[in-house]
Amino acid sequence: MKQATFVYRYPALLLFFVLILAWQGICVIFKVNEFIFPSPWQIIQSLIEFHSVILKHAWATFWTTMIGFLISIIVGVFFGFVIGSSRIAYDAFYPLMTAFNALPKAAFVPILVVWFGIGAGPAILTAFLISFFPIMVNIATGLATLEPELEDVLRVLGASRKDILFKIGLPRCLPYFFASLKVAITLAFVGTTVSEMNASNQGIGYLLVSAGSAMRMPLAFAGLAVIGVMAMLMYELFSAIEKNTTAWAHRKS
Amino acid sequence: MSVPFIEFEHVSHAYGEHPNNGVFAIEDINLKIDKGSFIAIVGPSGCGKSTFMKLTTGLQKSTQGRILVDSKPVLGPLSFSGMAFQAPTLLPWRTTLDNVLLPLEIVEPYRSQFSRQKNVFIERALKLLDSVGLGGYEKKFPWQLSGGMQQRASLCRALIHQPKMLLLDEPFGALDAFTKEELWNILRDLWSDQHFNVIMVTHDLREAVYLADVVYVMSKGPGRIVHQRNIDLPRPRELNLTYEPAFTRIVQELRTYIGAVRG
Ligand SMILES: Nc1ncnc2c1ncn2[C@@H]1O[C@H](COP(=O)(O)OP(=O)(O)OP(=O)(O)O)[C@@H](O)[C@H]1O
Ligand SMILES: [Mg+2]
Repeated sequence: MKQATFVYRYPALLLFFVLILAWQGICVIFKVNEFIFPSPWQIIQSLIEFHSVILKHAWATFWTTMIGFLISIIVGVFFGFVIGSSRIAYDAFYPLMTAFNALPKAAFVPILVVWFGIGAGPAILTAFLISFFPIMVNIATGLATLEPELEDVLRVLGASRKDILFKIGLPRCLPYFFASLKVAITLAFVGTTVSEMNASNQGIGYLLVSAGSAMRMPLAFAGLAVIGVMAMLMYELFSAIEKNTTAWAHRKS
Repeated sequence: MSVPFIEFEHVSHAYGEHPNNGVFAIEDINLKIDKGSFIAIVGPSGCGKSTFMKLTTGLQKSTQGRILVDSKPVLGPLSFSGMAFQAPTLLPWRTTLDNVLLPLEIVEPYRSQFSRQKNVFIERALKLLDSVGLGGYEKKFPWQLSGGMQQRASLCRALIHQPKMLLLDEPFGALDAFTKEELWNILRDLWSDQHFNVIMVTHDLREAVYLADVVYVMSKGPGRIVHQRNIDLPRPRELNLTYEPAFTRIVQELRTYIGAVRG
């Protein structure tokens, strides 16, 4: 009985521990070399051993990501508004933005290095480039999918475009906006890491590459674990904000 | 007869950039509607009923002809109209009360008085909600109401600014038969209290005959009015009227016209 309720309440946690145990088991039974594939226990050991270095790089990755993310909120919201509130702007911008989004963002890193040098600059911008698109698209969709009947009800009363934007468009966008933040923050971490791997001497991305070239696989895996935890925590944070601010959009029917 | 409240003179309308290529959504509509009367429009899908509504309220400008409402040509949106549709389109983040108050935040002269007079307006909204049987539900959110209750709230939203005309586009189309008949009576009572003009688009002939003074039948391609039927059944009308031969005869008669236009 007790076990059954635990399974239903924390299925993800349970699966996580089962996988870790299996991983540890396989590494022990088959005596896998830690230079090839470290066991969870070895990863934890190196997490403890190198905690100050890891913390330093994690912090660098964190603030770089947050700045890039902040820029993408500002730019994404702005373009989302422009595209979502005018048919012409939508038709003009949307195809170009989609084409841009299809480009692999990692390919921008060498160019950004030429412009901004090695370090945080390219990382911030890569995080921004990779994460503003979902924010923009969600805002635009929230604005552009107004029911025409509702618009008629208000327009006949003499509502201006501004009235409709503030009374309907904005509140309607909020759930779309928060949903997009969840996706965007994880993408921003990807952007930062990719850039750090190629063009930085700090951050988890840099740690991954230098640990890899020094054949310190447990440390590299520890870096991966840290970035995974950071991205997941931020995801959960925005998910909680979303649930609490726009409860009406998640009602149970 | 008295001066008509709504007058269409040779009105045609085509959508799109080049309106004169001869494809009209509605064509050569002529009619006169008395002040305070209740009219219903029936016709096949796509015959231009919603277009007719948009022209009457000034949301669309007709490509040809002249439309007068209250003896003045229609040049832009007429804010003394209230509209309700088949979908209630209430805002899910506002309570029922705040949904009903929405028009007063937009239309003048209420808009500029809104913050000062809010209590008066709330009083009015509560009375209106009470009159459609939604008393006590003002704090509920739309998604906590049934479909029929949402439609009642939508009616209140259309009437809160005391419009001179109410335009209903298949307002009860999505409701079950019992809820529908209940709402017929609510609409009948609101109308006989306040005597605004009503234009109602419907696919239900019984609904049209039960509520309206005049029923217009429209044809499709081109969208024209092919028949006008005055409903001289005595008022007040009660639901058992709908089972009487005089009523059924009118419904049958209209049905043959609909059959003809659907060809
Ligand atoms: N915004 C628009 N742009 C172009 N054509 C339109 C537009 N709205 C309606 N039409 C066309 O005008 C004609 C009449 O449409 P309307 O919506 O008035 O029909 P309706 O009688 O209300 O139909 P239904 O019963 O299905 O609601 C149709 O042929 C439709 O395709
Ligand atoms: Mg229609």
